Amino acid sequence: MTTLPQIDQDQEVRTSQEEHHEDFRMFGLATFLIADGMTFAGFFAAYLTYKAVNPLLPDAVYELELPLPTLNTILLLVSSATFHKAGTALKIDDSKNCRKWLLITALLGLAFLISQMVEYFTLPFGLTDNLYASTFYALTGFHGLHVTLGALMISIIWWQTRSPGGRVNSHNQFPLEATELYWHFVDGIWVILFIILYLL
Amino acid sequence: MTISLDNSKEGETKSLQPKGWLRYFSFSLDHKVIGLQYLVCGFIFYLIGGLLASAIRIELTSPLSDFLPRDVYNQVLTLHGTIMIFLWIVPVVNGAFGNYLIPFYVGARDMAFPRLNAVAFWLIPPSGLLLISSYFITGAAQSGWTAYPPLSITTPAAGQMIWILSVLLLGGSSIFGGINFIATILKLRRPGLKLMQLPMYCWAMLGTSILIVLSTPVLAGTLVLLSFDIVAHTGFFNPSLGGNVVVYQHLFWFYSHPAVYIMVLPAFGLVSEILPVHCRKPLFGYTTMVYSIMAIVVLGFVVWAHHMFTSGTPPWMRLFFTIATSFIAVPTGIKFFNWVATLWGGRISLNSAVLFSCGFIVNFVLGGITGVALAQVPFDVHVHDTYFVVAHFHYIVYGGSVFVIFSSIYHWYPKVTGRMLNEDLGRFHFALTFIGFNLCFAPQHWLGLNGMPRRVAEYDPQFTFVNQLSSVGALIMAISILPFLWNIIQSTFRGPVSGNNPWNALTPEWLTSSPPPIENWIGPPPLVKEPYGYGRNNKDSNEITTDT
Amino acid sequence: MSPAIITTILGLLLVIFGIWVGDNANLLPIDASTNATIYDQLFSVLLSIGTILFFGMLGLVLYSLIRFRRKPGQEGDGSAIEDNLPLEIFWTIVPTVVILFVGLYSYDIYDRMGGMQQLDLSGHNHQGQETMVEEERIWGGIGSGSVEDKSKSSLESIPIDVTAMQFAFLFHYPEGDFISGELHVPVGKPISMRMESKDVIHAFWVPEFRIKQDIIPGQPTILSFTAQKEGKYPIICAELCGPYHGGMRSNVIVEDTSSYTDWLLKNAKNTIT
Repeated sequence: MTTLPQIDQDQEVRTSQEEHHEDFRMFGLATFLIADGMTFAGFFAAYLTYKAVNPLLPDAVYELELPLPTLNTILLLVSSATFHKAGTALKIDDSKNCRKWLLITALLGLAFLISQMVEYFTLPFGLTDNLYASTFYALTGFHGLHVTLGALMISIIWWQTRSPGGRVNSHNQFPLEATELYWHFVDGIWVILFIILYLL
Repeated sequence: MTISLDNSKEGETKSLQPKGWLRYFSFSLDHKVIGLQYLVCGFIFYLIGGLLASAIRIELTSPLSDFLPRDVYNQVLTLHGTIMIFLWIVPVVNGAFGNYLIPFYVGARDMAFPRLNAVAFWLIPPSGLLLISSYFITGAAQSGWTAYPPLSITTPAAGQMIWILSVLLLGGSSIFGGINFIATILKLRRPGLKLMQLPMYCWAMLGTSILIVLSTPVLAGTLVLLSFDIVAHTGFFNPSLGGNVVVYQHLFWFYSHPAVYIMVLPAFGLVSEILPVHCRKPLFGYTTMVYSIMAIVVLGFVVWAHHMFTSGTPPWMRLFFTIATSFIAVPTGIKFFNWVATLWGGRISLNSAVLFSCGFIVNFVLGGITGVALAQVPFDVHVHDTYFVVAHFHYIVYGGSVFVIFSSIYHWYPKVTGRMLNEDLGRFHFALTFIGFNLCFAPQHWLGLNGMPRRVAEYDPQFTFVNQLSSVGALIMAISILPFLWNIIQSTFRGPVSGNNPWNALTPEWLTSSPPPIENWIGPPPLVKEPYGYGRNNKDSNEITTDT
Repeated sequence: MSPAIITTILGLLLVIFGIWVGDNANLLPIDASTNATIYDQLFSVLLSIGTILFFGMLGLVLYSLIRFRRKPGQEGDGSAIEDNLPLEIFWTIVPTVVILFVGLYSYDIYDRMGGMQQLDLSGHNHQGQETMVEEERIWGGIGSGSVEDKSKSSLESIPIDVTAMQFAFLFHYPEGDFISGELHVPVGKPISMRMESKDVIHAFWVPEFRIKQDIIPGQPTILSFTAQKEGKYPIICAELCGPYHGGMRSNVIVEDTSSYTDWLLKNAKNTIT
């Protein structure tokens, strides 16, 4: 006869799997961020190809000013560190410090957005001026959208970590950890964007 | 007790789900319900896409553009391509069978993210309706499913924008599904179940999901840029504003070539499940099958530009993509030899499932051979964008994927409904489909070689007869759906009861009742270490009953 | 006879059949350019290999289905064969070798068609006002003739400027500075076309020449060929370009040198020396 498959009825092993529940939510988020990163990769590839095969006419060449984006890079890198501080504080249920660091992170994100806006308004070119202008706005705009979303999520988590009544605490760290991973991802993308768009 | 949801959510699952047939219209979190939602929804879109195909074949029975207005013809072919790819094959081979089978195969009670799963499905009907409604409101997109600029920028904007929006939503649905499958296969496996013990369909879905997650976002980004070109008058792909149309093609095919594997890899997996059961033999060469899937996934990312051999690509690029594309034939060939070896020495029940699977092998071999030929630059420059290509990819996606979808429906129908389908009607359905399909598409190779471009409503009168032959084939294909539908409908109500495991299969989904209970197993999920362990203890054969 | 001998004989018959099909199947239109003759050699090789593979697989599947079908009353499973390493290595190596052969052979064909040669724009010197930037962006289709007479072809080639638009081709002959709706070329002379599109992507395809090249707006492409058989052949647009895409056709008339010269003189706007 065809042998029936072995059936393992080990209950203990199964309960151990339930404890790993959190694990695959982070895994799912990481997979999603890889997908999101591929969107940026597509934009970067387009930008670099344009740069290689569609040289601008001499009068359309522009130099990007560096001070503001450098400041932006520093703002985001610092905000990554402060977010990490918030995460560490949450682990030991230090709600006060956690909220402080979250607030700082959110403000840094806001500062980044304001600084980006200032850059937009001072740039000598508009969205449809030429190919580079369009690509520049598409890339920084898409990234800015991510920062906006991240800043909103941080604000929500800041609200949810309030000491009595908040739903994010050392027993439910996932929302904070997920947002932190997302935030680091957005920072990482900015660094690549900064190098490709401003430095190259 | 559930391993996929924590306890609070388990109660929710049950309360959210209406009883009886109404649950198929609800935001159900049950992977089996979602799987069937995908299948039925996809099938409805298949019928719509089929109607559009019929309109194309009617137009082409005469060399003049005399059946549809010209712009409507272009809308019809755009809708046909988009619907068949994004609303029929991709959702069904991935979403429908993936959702139904993967949790069984990994020994789970649901997918890793049931809510995300339901969201992914419920994105499909609205975006499909949106796409089709564009035809009635403003006129649908007219630039083909490839939407090459500048044509897609210069044709009426409303239809093109709706097309973009709809494809973006479907792409999102596809990405959510892909993330879910990766997490389910890698993270939700029953303890004790090793990766190399998984049924082949899991590997196919893992590979497919990797392709989806890595390539679909690129398409999404590209379409966003295209929509900027249309509404904001940027110049990414608009040459009159300094843009570059070839960049669009690169980005588009970076997704759309892997999309071919997104449509056929799951089909490969399904065939690998179906053949061993009906041949009563282990799947031949499990390990090489796994490696060849992964090889196809890796190679699938570096072959996209073979769609652009006439688009103005530099010689070195043409050569690289020729070689890379040709080499995909090696892992693909391994899989086909393995299936034939699985047939070899078996006790094959010649039922509808096996016939459709073998029909798939034969059709796909032809499609694969023309594929290798098309990968050769000097060959491709003549037949690119002709009916030769049309024939080739229909052999891949219809002769391949759609045949497997039918095979799978015949195979898993008893699992889902607890009833048997009528085998005579099934074989009749196969005969009609196989003859109709080959009559429709085989002559198109000749058309392409002799000078008929694709996407035309009018052609050189010398091709009239062969086109009419092809249209007769299409008519037979259209008719072939009738015995199938009748079979499904009457068997749902009057089909003989199948019992839990009518095929005596060993894969995990059969080791529970048919139809399965709400969380798949009463008691703990079984640990199936050998899903293909047929013929292990052959002397004592009295426990095996013959099929049907 | 042992199964091994029968298999060998069947295999040989299959190979012979494949080669016969490749040599004798008449699936292509006439070879009206030098390119087409080379193309047809490749086609015949691919057709032979394809026929052998397809009928081989078809035969294996049909044989298995008939030979190993479950007979009435038969019970039990098939044999539990799971793998066979030598066999698997065999059917990995054989396709690899076939693919390598096809790849190398098609490279050779591509080279003979002139696909690997540097694009030579000397025939288009009349457009001297072009900037370097534009010239770098010209990507081309395959050239014509074999590599050996590359120098000859670029020296003597007749330049023609092709403009594609919805839904027509226009052929500008710099020699007589006039525009024609039909392409006239002399037999046996290399033609070098520079193609530009006014609106969307089109493609220039002459099935009898076995050549095709997209005509891309904002990025001129070039295509060269040598016609070798007199006659009137269709020029077909092969890239979806709008509602009248199917009607976007023209003709190429391949004629002997004296008829061509007559036609040229008749239409020329300026005097040709």
